[in-house]
Amino acid sequence: MNSRIKAAMPKHGSIRPIFSPDVLAPVLVGMIMLGAWEVGVRISGIPPYLLPGPILVLQTLAKDWGQLFPSLLITLQITVAAFIAAVVSGLLAAILFAQSKWIERSFFPYAVILQTTPIVAIAPLIIIWVRQAVPGENSTFISLVICAWIVAFFPILSNTILGLNSADHNLLNLFQLYRSSRWQTLIYLRLPSALPYFLGGLRISGGLALIGAVVAEFVAGTGGTQSGIAYQILMSSFNLQIPRMFAALLMTTVLGVAIFAGLTLLSNVLLRNWHESAVKQEN
Amino acid sequence: MPNPAITLSHISKVYANGTIALTDFTLEIAEGQFVSLVGPSGCGKSTVLRMIAGLGKMSAGTIDWALKQRKLAFVFQEAALMPWATVQENVRLPLKLAGISKRAARLDVAEAIALVGLQGFEKAYPRELSGGMKMRVSIARALVTQPEVLLMDEPFGALDEMTRSKLNSDVLDLWLQKKWTVVFVTHNIYEAVYLSNRVIVMASRPGRVVADVAIAAPYPRTEDFRSSSLYNGYCQKISHALANVPILPRTYEQPH
Repeated sequence: MNSRIKAAMPKHGSIRPIFSPDVLAPVLVGMIMLGAWEVGVRISGIPPYLLPGPILVLQTLAKDWGQLFPSLLITLQITVAAFIAAVVSGLLAAILFAQSKWIERSFFPYAVILQTTPIVAIAPLIIIWVRQAVPGENSTFISLVICAWIVAFFPILSNTILGLNSADHNLLNLFQLYRSSRWQTLIYLRLPSALPYFLGGLRISGGLALIGAVVAEFVAGTGGTQSGIAYQILMSSFNLQIPRMFAALLMTTVLGVAIFAGLTLLSNVLLRNWHESAVKQEN
Repeated sequence: MPNPAITLSHISKVYANGTIALTDFTLEIAEGQFVSLVGPSGCGKSTVLRMIAGLGKMSAGTIDWALKQRKLAFVFQEAALMPWATVQENVRLPLKLAGISKRAARLDVAEAIALVGLQGFEKAYPRELSGGMKMRVSIARALVTQPEVLLMDEPFGALDEMTRSKLNSDVLDLWLQKKWTVVFVTHNIYEAVYLSNRVIVMASRPGRVVADVAIAAPYPRTEDFRSSSLYNGYCQKISHALANVPILPRTYEQPH
């Protein structure tokens, strides 16, 4: 291949340049919206306790950073713990389910039930049970992690099962022909086939773990020193500190976007050599 | 006739839904023979191949192997490559599954890649290859275990005519070098005549043999063979056999 053609070809898995239309267009839309919001708030004279303008929200964010950021870190801890638990348990359960149709038939409906149970409704129960089982300081943390895990678990499980079962039929025959063991087929064929699906599940679950953590914190209404970002949102709204509430909300949203972006990057890096989703085509 | 390598006796295959894929199929394949199975879709030619490979159960019949080690390899209609693995890793797969270390497999893998003419593409991923090159990788993967029997299930069916005839002559060259026993399934009469020293013509509903044609043309077969009257004569004979399939009594009709 001559070097000029090579230079013109896109590098796979590279991060998009900052000034590409993919970045500029949404940023521009965002700026216009925020500008309209700020102008609208100023012209109409809406009081900040009903709707603060974006500048006031940013000022509040800077002012209260010392209280809000530690709370965000607590929520992040819960999210990360629940997410890791969901990834490990979802992957292991999917591998187990893929071993036999009977295991999948017997247990999968319960995974669906776990998924469809509203977390808001069972969070209080979980908090009470965990407090009975593990009294002490970590009790709340553990129960919040469990709540977030319940929400984040299912997408990983169902996506990975789908992936494990979608290995190429001819390749399965080939493995059988060469007398591959169950274990070899799993490691060399089923798991790699499942990787794109698994990574798709991760992207959904990352955001859900955060939502689960925030919802559970709302229900728990934790007091004391270990208070997550949801507690800050809740207290700000009780005290009519609406700009502060917006600031906390903004932090949560940014965290959610960061989690999604990080997992998307991971997915693109892992799949860049072979999967359609991560390969840029020139047509 | 040389020693029979594989003897298929009275094989039948009925699928769970009642479809009769194959009925009373008997075939003796000699060692080193290049046998093609030709027929319309649904005649059970792929089923025969799968039975020989041990993929799936027979409803009746037996397969006897004269070769001590039944070292066989299978080339599928699609290249069936692992998209996440490089050419090298795809070719190494059968050795990896046999528990042979990467080091020990290195020379065999390099040789198989060289045999199909893919040197320089060892590190390429399947999506970077053309259809013909993917099929070459698939063939290299079959060759890497040094098989004695090669089963090919319409391997070039999805390729364009030019790529197909190039691969045809390359496969023939390899066969002359390696002296495999080849069972080759195709629906292309011309391909079958060009490659084989024996063509089995099959009919469908139910799958059965209707003609067994020996192609008495010497190897190596050049491109000139494709325009010879001998070649055309065989092609006509086989298409005639395919067109004049005797009608069977209704009891053999496929159930609906």
